[in-house]
Amino acid sequence: MNWAGLYAVLSGVNRHSTAIGRIWLSVIFIFRIMVLVVAAESVWGDEKSAFTCNTQQPGCNSVCYDHFFPISHIRLWALQLILVTTPALLVAMHVAYQQHQEKKLLVLTGHGDIKSLEEVKKHKIRIAGSLWWTYICSVVFRLLFEAVFMYIFYMIYPGYQMVRLVKCEAYPCPNTVDCFISRPTEKTIFTVFMLVTSSICIVLNMAELVYLVVRACTHRGQQNSNPSTRKGSFYGHKLSSEYKQNEINQLLTEQDGSLKDMLRRNPGLQEKGDRCSAC
Amino acid sequence: MDWGALQTILGGVNKHSTSIGKIWLTVLFIFRIMILVVAAERVWGDEQDDFICNTLQPGCKNVCYDHFFPISHIRLWALQLIFVSTPALLVAMHVAYRRHEKKRQFRKGDQKCEYKDIEEIRKQRFRIEGSLWWTYTSSIFFRLIFEAVFMYAFYFMYDGFRMPRLMKCNAWPCPNTVDCFVSRPTEKTVFTIFMIAVSSVCIILNVAELCYLLTKFFLRRSKKAGNPKHHPNHENKEETKQNEMNELISDSCQNAVIGFSS
Repeated sequence: MNWAGLYAVLSGVNRHSTAIGRIWLSVIFIFRIMVLVVAAESVWGDEKSAFTCNTQQPGCNSVCYDHFFPISHIRLWALQLILVTTPALLVAMHVAYQQHQEKKLLVLTGHGDIKSLEEVKKHKIRIAGSLWWTYICSVVFRLLFEAVFMYIFYMIYPGYQMVRLVKCEAYPCPNTVDCFISRPTEKTIFTVFMLVTSSICIVLNMAELVYLVVRACTHRGQQNSNPSTRKGSFYGHKLSSEYKQNEINQLLTEQDGSLKDMLRRNPGLQEKGDRCSAC
Repeated sequence: MDWGALQTILGGVNKHSTSIGKIWLTVLFIFRIMILVVAAERVWGDEQDDFICNTLQPGCKNVCYDHFFPISHIRLWALQLIFVSTPALLVAMHVAYRRHEKKRQFRKGDQKCEYKDIEEIRKQRFRIEGSLWWTYTSSIFFRLIFEAVFMYAFYFMYDGFRMPRLMKCNAWPCPNTVDCFVSRPTEKTVFTIFMIAVSSVCIILNVAELCYLLTKFFLRRSKKAGNPKHHPNHENKEETKQNEMNELISDSCQNAVIGFSS
């Protein structure tokens, strides 16, 4: 299990995300995980071996390194990226659960053929009802984790600049010794880069949150002004099909009565589920 | 997530590129990314370990290395390649969006939709026109800008593209001025020049692609101006749909499938 495995797991979630969610996922994988793997890891690769203190006292080097770097930047970023990408799995689990329920319903109503069951897996589920709440929670958790890690980073390494020289007086170092960090400028550049991408991800998450809330309020407003529509519940997409069925019936009321009767008798002739499009 | 994954992502974009775009992508992957991974990373692998200064003063080597190499060539190239290949994703997103719209039309049973099944939509190659042309042109423009910015950053940081054998350093805590020796300077110079040359070739390909797209655009425009019968079909979509709906409703055919405009 490595970053590629995580990518495989999260690519599936991508289908059920909003457009902003997909952009967020691309930013995470290309500008954070990929940069971490191909560039940053080699910058921090020799951080301990090239950490040099101006002393020959055995043990002083190790103690000073441990004092100034309780946890390496690379490990912090890896933890941050794992925790930030994992809430998306909540959405994946909820979607899987909904699909399972849908399949059960199909089997119960006598449409349990292989083709219909395959169709359930393929269609995109609308972010409505309880799925909306799950999605919102996942975005909130993402935001929370990003903020917490940025704060931890700032606490452990005040300011984001890596200095060339640190003065250390931990036992067994005699008096105060000068210790020199390897590649401080390059580390500062990458720290700033990762910080900027982290901020971009925070902004994208907030935008997605606002977008979802605004969309939900708009839908609510539409539903309130149109009393013939039922409130969305667990099978959001099913009800949208029923809503369309109502529309067709209304449309046909003034038209050919035989056509309307024919459609009522054979609901299968109606267009096959106009599932919700891109959110 | 590494270069292989990037190649998978960008491989899909290849289908919708122009011929020059496909050549550019090949040059990028074979002459830049592959050279970086199989050769250049080895050359720069021991850059700090074998950076030797003529002093026993602890810390002097670290400080001098940091002073002369604020960011290693390898990392700069890695960042450059990531930034330069990412605008192609804009095109991929636009194509995915168009595909999605076609699938929606197909599912609605739109008569105008000429595809037999979903698979055909998935495999279809879109022409670079309309809004996709603008997305594509923007992506090339961004590529050019990123290439130029990184080449400038390179030149600015390393004052020319040659790697000297010897550097004189007097940063604290080095006592006075010390001589520091860079490891494998000639090999590094060779690879630096190679990567700069390939970068220039990519810039030329991008400029050529831009010119090609602009030429095609103006030619198409002049054809349209000379042929007044041609109308953009998207303006008539709504009216066509409404007409169809009306036809189907008034038709008493048993197998009518009704599509309605949203």
